[in-house]
This record gives sequence, structure tokens and C-alpha cells, in this order.
Amino acid sequence: MTEDEWEPKILVFCCNWCSYAGADLAGVARLQMPTHFRVLRVMCSGRFKPEYAFKAMEQGIDGVFVLGCHIGDCHYLEGNHRAKKRFEVLEDMMVHLGVEPGRIKIDWVSASEGVRFQAVITEFVAHIKELGPSPLGGGR
Amino acid sequence: MRHDEEPRIGVFVCHCGSNIGGWLDVPAVAEYAGTLPYVVHSEDNLYTCAEDGLAAIRKAIKEQDLNRVIVASCTPRTHEPLFQATCEEAGLNRYLFEFVNIRDQCSWIHMSEWDAATEKAKELVRMGVAKATRLVPLDRSTAPVELVAMVLGGGITGMTAARAIANSGFEVYLVERRSVLGGLLNRLHKIWPTEESPRQLLDGLEADLEANERVHILTGTEMVDLKGFVGNFDVTLMPVEGNGDGLDLKVGTIIVATGADEMKPDGLYGYGEVEGVVTELELETMLREGNLPEIGNAVFIQCTGARGQRVTYCSRVCCMTGIKNAMELRELYPEASINVLYRDIMAYGISYEELYQRARVKGVGFIRHPKEEPPRVETGPDGKVRVTYRDVILGRDIVQDVDLVVLSTPLVQHEDAKELAQMLRVPLGQDRFFFEAHVKLRPIDFASDGIFLAGTAHGPKDIEESIVQALGAASRSLTFLKAGQVLSEPIVAVVDEDSCIGCGNCIEVCPYGAIELKEGGKRGQVAEVNPGLCKGCGTCPGACPSSSIQQLGFTDEQILAMITALANGGD
Repeated sequence: MTEDEWEPKILVFCCNWCSYAGADLAGVARLQMPTHFRVLRVMCSGRFKPEYAFKAMEQGIDGVFVLGCHIGDCHYLEGNHRAKKRFEVLEDMMVHLGVEPGRIKIDWVSASEGVRFQAVITEFVAHIKELGPSPLGGGR
Repeated sequence: MRHDEEPRIGVFVCHCGSNIGGWLDVPAVAEYAGTLPYVVHSEDNLYTCAEDGLAAIRKAIKEQDLNRVIVASCTPRTHEPLFQATCEEAGLNRYLFEFVNIRDQCSWIHMSEWDAATEKAKELVRMGVAKATRLVPLDRSTAPVELVAMVLGGGITGMTAARAIANSGFEVYLVERRSVLGGLLNRLHKIWPTEESPRQLLDGLEADLEANERVHILTGTEMVDLKGFVGNFDVTLMPVEGNGDGLDLKVGTIIVATGADEMKPDGLYGYGEVEGVVTELELETMLREGNLPEIGNAVFIQCTGARGQRVTYCSRVCCMTGIKNAMELRELYPEASINVLYRDIMAYGISYEELYQRARVKGVGFIRHPKEEPPRVETGPDGKVRVTYRDVILGRDIVQDVDLVVLSTPLVQHEDAKELAQMLRVPLGQDRFFFEAHVKLRPIDFASDGIFLAGTAHGPKDIEESIVQALGAASRSLTFLKAGQVLSEPIVAVVDEDSCIGCGNCIEVCPYGAIELKEGGKRGQVAEVNPGLCKGCGTCPGACPSSSIQQLGFTDEQILAMITALANGGD
């Protein structure tokens, strides 16, 4: 694949209660955004496992984004706290592997924040486009 | 069906009229689905959720011997239960169904990218097929519902809801943090269109509530803690003042009817600075108490603080409140000049336009000003208030010295609503009002089962609308109370005792205390999940170093298969 043809492929974990609902609301409001991301729904951002980011990126996925409820709003009390803690460790490991900061990211979107969903997705896709293909991807 | 049978997957791709089919190539997605591993049937439907679409699913399950079903359409948040029930009707376990969202999260947000949106829909279906291949049948268990409801907020909405629930034969706790019931109605002078005193309405309701032994009225009380889920909420209530004893309750359902406040427009149109400038509710208090000054002329300013000035929304009720009170002043002071300054009059609904016309006939003046040039209010001569405004019809500024300026301000959410929202684990919207599960399909529900929403806590409403919604919320609550039991989602954590190393990470992260260590396994101790306490968040598998604990319906195997399907297009 030549560099001109490269389009990023991005995996987004959304929690059922906040960010997935916020993503739906963006749709209801017809908020337009780049097509490059695919949402994988889990019940809570606390379900996210660092292993998923490695498995995704070594198979050629260029960015992994985890979206949960805002801190304090977690449907399951504190799953997003756990996800955040895990993410800090994951980010360190990624840096050691030569993965640029920002290629994996965690953020928060509430069920009423369709506009915010559009904004964080648009920004994340733009950032991954800037970074180019994932260094772990083995030249997908 | 035995789940070790080879998967036979059916994929139903929905056009949703033109909502999906108008923005991406639905037949191409269905055709592509048919090429994926284990997919033995695929078709596209105009509306998969319509009866003919559901019949197509049942028919294909029977005729093609399907043991997995995928619908690619809108969102599981609204339609998953319908398709799951359809699978069950055709003899297929409801957890062998997988939802793929290609509308809300695809066609609607990529409306000018036909090819890329089609490609994305195909990939989402591919991920869905990868997961469906690895689904296993699960069984729901039932839990009893505590046959008691709690209504938060003792205004007209909460009182109406509590009465309806009690009249249907269930215990209800009506919790109000002020010392009296009635909410904002206590501050009104008259209510329209009946022109009766709000006391008539409140006294009747209050008498009914007090006479009903199933109603427990707790004024001066607020909720300080909430645990549990639909059917089994554990509530802690405390007196608002003093150090009185708290009360622990078990309730099955909760109605949020905490109401709203009138915006205090500090700094707008001289409010708080110029003598003689009041809000509508302050005027109503003066009317009720009969201590108005002599009025030769008065001006109402509509949309104070609303529609972009301090909040973005139109508060609906302020036009009618302003018109009502202008009429009241007109009757009290027949010789006075009463003018309403407005950007737009929104006399919505069946009766309000007529009332607006009546006000005009009675001599209330309605004067439009441009949005960009709001009126100016300052201290005038001889204790008067000087109002300067641009009259769009005359095309010039008018200066008037008046006895009273009344500001029609919007209803706003209580300052501390966020605390309550976090306690309930329900969202607030952009305007800080409580946010329903779906604007049209579930307008009285929260996304969390067993918690319902009514009245001005949900957004500005008049009394009639609040009562309607109160009855709706009571009815939604009664659906659960009458059923007496809830089905719990079986997407709980399970432990593989052979590989569990007994490290206890899962115990540490579980927010519900649902996991304990027990003797067993190769290393002496293993984790054990109490499925009755597990709420299915999946935080424990996220923390398990040996992948020994899994969340049913969201296993590592299923999630990793979706990731691989996205990355490689393979299975």
C-alpha cells in the first residue's frame, strides 16, 4: 500500500451507558464525522484490557480509543477509574515499544454529549492521520 | 440448540426506510455478509423491526436452521429486546443474537460518504459475525421486586405520581426536602386556564395522600445514598436539618420528580439593582399576599435569560405566565398601561393562543423588540423605573417610566442536581435537566431500569404536562411492581477454576463485593463469583492476569475475535 492510499483504521471501545449512548445521540443529531473508526460496545470502560490494544495494533489497527462515563458518573460506580489506572500503565508500556503518545487514548463522553462525541472522534482521527500507520503494525 | 454445533448465522441488514439505505449500499452489505464464514443466510429488509421483517427472521431461523442471528440496523439501546424476543419466539436463545449498529453510528454520521460508509458497515457486520460465531446460549434468572416505590420530589408531579401508585395498591414513599409539599405551586397566585388557586389543586391531592395508608410522606427529608438496582434499591434518607435519625429503605422503583427553580436574573434588566424590578414568581407572591404598590403602568420583559441570553432553551411556560400576570394586573388596575415586551410570543398548544388573543382584546399591549436590541432598564425619576426599548413596528426607541418591571425568566435545574444525578447514576443533559433514555421511544425512562422521570426535572413544562408525565412515570413504575419480579441479565462474570491463580485482583476491583476466594484449584484458592451480586460490568476480567475470569457475552475470545475481524478481515 502506498502512503497516499493509507487511511487509518481505528478501534473505539464505548461503554454501554454513557459513551455508546453519546455516540448514538451524535447520530440522532446527524453530526457528521470521519468514517475511520469502528465502535466495539462493552458494558463498562472497566472491561477494557491493555492486551486488546496490543492485539489490535500488532494486527495493523492504527489507534485505540476508550470512551467511558465521566469520572463520578460510572454506571458501575468506579469502572472508569479502573480503566484510567490501567490505561496509565498501558501508555508507559506503549512508549517503551516505540508507540507515539496519543495513539492510544482514554476519554469521557456522557449520554447527552453527542457534540462531544463528534469532537473527540474528529480530533482523534485527525491525530492518528498525522501520526501515520502504527509502528506495531508490521507494514500493513 | 447445542452451542458446540457448527454456527449457522443469519444476517438481516435493515434499510430503515431511507435512514440507512439512503446513505450507504444496504444490498451490498447484505451480499457481503453472505460471504462471511458461517453465514448461511443474509437478506436486506426495508424495516427489519416491522412485522414482516420480524417474520423474515423467524422464518429463516426455522427454514435455514439458524443458530445465530445478527441484525444490522439502528441501536441495541432501543431495539435489542425486540429482536431477542423474536429469536426466542422461533426457539432460539436470546443471547445467540448480536446487534450491529449501522444507523446511529454509521449512516447518520457519514451522510456524504457513500463508499466509506458502506465499507464501514461491512466491517461492522464482519465484527458482528466474528462475535456471533462465539456466542453461547445464556439463561436469565429472576429476582423479586421490592413492592415499594419511592418518589423524589413532593411538588405537583411527585404528589400525582405517588397518589397513582398508592391507588394501584402499592406502598410509596414521597420524599420532599422542603418542609411542605407542593413545590413551585406554593408560590403561584392563580393557575390557568381555570383561574383557580393552586391551593385547590394541592389541598385535594394532599388530602388524598394523607388519607391513603400506603403513602408515606417524608418532608424535610433528602436522599443521601443509593445502592442496588431495579427491583432492589437500598436508599438512605436523612432529615435536611438537624441531626435526626436517618431512614434506610428498600424500594423497587424510583421516580425522579425533583422539579426546577425559577432563574434569578441577577444583573439582567436591573434585577437586584433597580427598585421595582421583579421576577414572575415574585410578582405572584405579591399578588397572593395583596401587597402590590399602586400601578399606573407596568412592563413585562419576556425571554429574560432564555434563548441564548443565559440558557439556550425556550422555557415554554414563561410566555403564558407573563400573559397571565399581565391580564391579572390589567384587571386589578383597569386604567393602567400594561405592556409585554417580547422577541417572539410562543402561545403553544390548544388553549394558549386563545388566551393570548384574549389578553390583546382586554388591552394588554404586546410590543416586539429585536433580539439584538434588548430593552434597557435603569432607575427613573420619582421612584419610577425607566425602560427604554426599540419598537420594531415604529422603528424607534421608546422611553417609558413605569411603576413595575416584571422579568419572565426560564425554569432552570437546581444548583445541586449533579449530586443527585451521580447518586442515581443517571445523566443530565446539556441544559442540566435530567436526560431521558430516548427522546421518543423512552421519554419517561432513564437508561437504567427502574428509575423514571417526570415533571420539570426533565425540562420546563406546565402543570398539565407535568401531571401527564407523572401519571406516565407512575405507570412505568407499576409495570415493574405489578410484575413482582425482574429478569436479570446473565452477562455476569464466571471463573475458570483450573487456570485461576487466586491472586485476588478481581476481588479488589469488584464494585459490588460479588467475588470471594474459596479453597480449590491447583494453587489452593480460587475466585468465586456470586452471580446474584454481580452486575455484569466486566471490570474483573479487565484486571485478571491469567484471563481466568470472563464476562459472559463479552468474553476475551469474543472481543479479540472482533478485533481480529476488524484488523484483518479474517476470522
